[in-house]
Amino acid sequence: MSSQVLRFEDWTAPVPAVEREVVEALPQSPQELPPVLFVPGIGHGAWAFAEHWLAHTASRGFAAYAVSHRAEGSLRAYVHDVVQVAASLPRQAVLVGHGAGALLVSHALTRYPARAAVLAAPVPPGWSALGAALRANPFGTLPALFGAAPRLSRRQLFGADLAEAEAYRGRLVRTPARIYRQVLFAKPAAAPVGAPPTLVVGSPDDRVVPRSALDRAAARYGGAPLLFPGMSHDLMLDTKWQEPIDAILDWLDKELATT
Amino acid sequence: MQDTSDIADRHDAVCVIGAGGSGLAAIKNLREQGFSVDCYERETSVGGAWNWRHDRSPVYASTHLISSRPLTEFPDFPMPDDWPDYPHHSQMLGYLERYARHFGLGDSIWFGTEVVAVTPVGDGRWDVTTRSTGGGAERIQRYAAVVVANGHNWSPKKLPVDSSAYRGQVIHASAYKDPAQLRGRKVLVVGGGNTGCDIAVEAAQQATTVWHSTRRGYWYAPKYVLGRPADQVNDKMLQLRLPLRLREWIYRRTLRLTVGDVTRFGLPRPDHRPYESHPVVNSQLVYYLGHGRITPLPDVTGLDGSTVELADGRRVEPDLIITATGYLPRFEFLAPELLDIDEDGKPDLHLHAFARKHPTLAVIGLLQPDAGLFPLAHWQSVAVARWLRLRLSDPERAAAVQQKESARPLRSWTRLRVVPSSRHWFEVSHTSYLRVIEDLLKRMEGVA
Repeated sequence: MSSQVLRFEDWTAPVPAVEREVVEALPQSPQELPPVLFVPGIGHGAWAFAEHWLAHTASRGFAAYAVSHRAEGSLRAYVHDVVQVAASLPRQAVLVGHGAGALLVSHALTRYPARAAVLAAPVPPGWSALGAALRANPFGTLPALFGAAPRLSRRQLFGADLAEAEAYRGRLVRTPARIYRQVLFAKPAAAPVGAPPTLVVGSPDDRVVPRSALDRAAARYGGAPLLFPGMSHDLMLDTKWQEPIDAILDWLDKELATT
Repeated sequence: MQDTSDIADRHDAVCVIGAGGSGLAAIKNLREQGFSVDCYERETSVGGAWNWRHDRSPVYASTHLISSRPLTEFPDFPMPDDWPDYPHHSQMLGYLERYARHFGLGDSIWFGTEVVAVTPVGDGRWDVTTRSTGGGAERIQRYAAVVVANGHNWSPKKLPVDSSAYRGQVIHASAYKDPAQLRGRKVLVVGGGNTGCDIAVEAAQQATTVWHSTRRGYWYAPKYVLGRPADQVNDKMLQLRLPLRLREWIYRRTLRLTVGDVTRFGLPRPDHRPYESHPVVNSQLVYYLGHGRITPLPDVTGLDGSTVELADGRRVEPDLIITATGYLPRFEFLAPELLDIDEDGKPDLHLHAFARKHPTLAVIGLLQPDAGLFPLAHWQSVAVARWLRLRLSDPERAAAVQQKESARPLRSWTRLRVVPSSRHWFEVSHTSYLRVIEDLLKRMEGVA
């Protein structure tokens, strides 16, 4: 494992700067609550949160931001961008990652002492997500076994009753196979700095992230996952999008009140 | 003598002295370990040395970093990646102000408050006497621990030559702020460190005549090598774990290829190997030597009337002498024996941070690293915070850690072969030092 203290990679080969897309929704009156930064998964951008979650988070008094991934990058550059945006916010931020974005958040937490963190439908590092994905969508996932980019089906990401599903699918960007490979071979993140309270959220009916992975992720951060049965992988775009975000913000309110 | 009943007991709270970069890191990391912190800052804002509005700030209008951005930033709060490789001092101040705001550190800082005395009470706790810098009554509060972060680049070291018979103007580099002070004058800059070289370069662009007096020859490293910031290239060699002798050879070759032989400009040959002195990073000094704008001179031996005498018998008559002779650490509020300060004023601290006989007294940022200071100050303060937490939560393990630390060999964390001057008292290699701190942190892992 590379050292937390001696960061030769950062020192000798810093990630090049890029223009980052950051979408924001601010509460009507400024409050003392920490800002919330949403991090999308692979193929998704800030738009996925701008649909419902950003405005809803702002309506509950939190300044809400979402970052898109750089076009040409690596997992390391994606994590770098999350930390850069978090550090640029006026106050210590809450990081919320979805899907592979949760993996990015767990790595960003080893660099940046977040106020709190939420891992929503977190794609686990390594091979464990591959089995579930193969069962749900064998033909789309098969290429991933040979180092190509998998093709996630509509059914995997969205609920059957979602009218906008096709439109959302059209907005997904093709991500280089290299990024998927890096997720596959990613090491589990080291312990977060500053020991932020961390919540894992997911659905037992997620066809990308198996239930067992949710349990493992939650256990790692010392808790149990908060589950929303009947929801698809893309919680924030689901017809029932409000339930998980309200639960996340309720949890946040409680955590911020106690610490 | 103060009556004890007037002492306000702050129980487990920790007192941090100074809200510069090191002090801010200390506050943040102590609070992260669950400590209440009271930080006393004599100025009315954060930033310490980097805040040019502060009396004690050594920065001048054109000060830029000499270590590049990734080697200078706090490890958990990166500088914006679109900043230049070597940010300006105003960017540094903005960065520190943002750090303080981001982590809400202002709540713990008492501005305009000077620490007058810090005295041990006997049970590991400390009485801290403070006073408003505007005057007023003194106040004593009792703390569980004291973390000193008062900086060591503000108390000028005097020119070791008697200047009483000299009639010209002599200022210390700390009083140099603006190139206007140099314009159209004959200027002698004394001192071969980074500040001396910077001011000589600035004088070369402003003054009519510039002399630069240095006691010994130095290795002048350029800011860029192979198209990259020089410290990043150097760290690549450290990452590859190249042996010291090989790194020295590469260093000499690189300088030979870029800077060339400095003795042809009249500079003395370095009397030490590369890496044995604090790195002087300046691409422009050689440039202006080569243009004849700077005349190198040997050591100053005497000052009389309007004349400066030099070691080789030469005499010059400058209008202005700027002494970039460095700074000495000062801890007026602490009895010298608490930090084992010797007659020269040098404290003797474990890892240049932990007081040897007082487990609840530490100094942050008293280092002269071959890279930026903040990463080291950050990890130092994480180690101090974890150590203080461990003493409370698991005294037995704390005793074991202490025992192990007392046996840690000096050569593992400090530079033994360095040029013998006070400038090198706290010289450390950032990688060796951080390795040792990491080892100490691992020993204290799981402390919460």
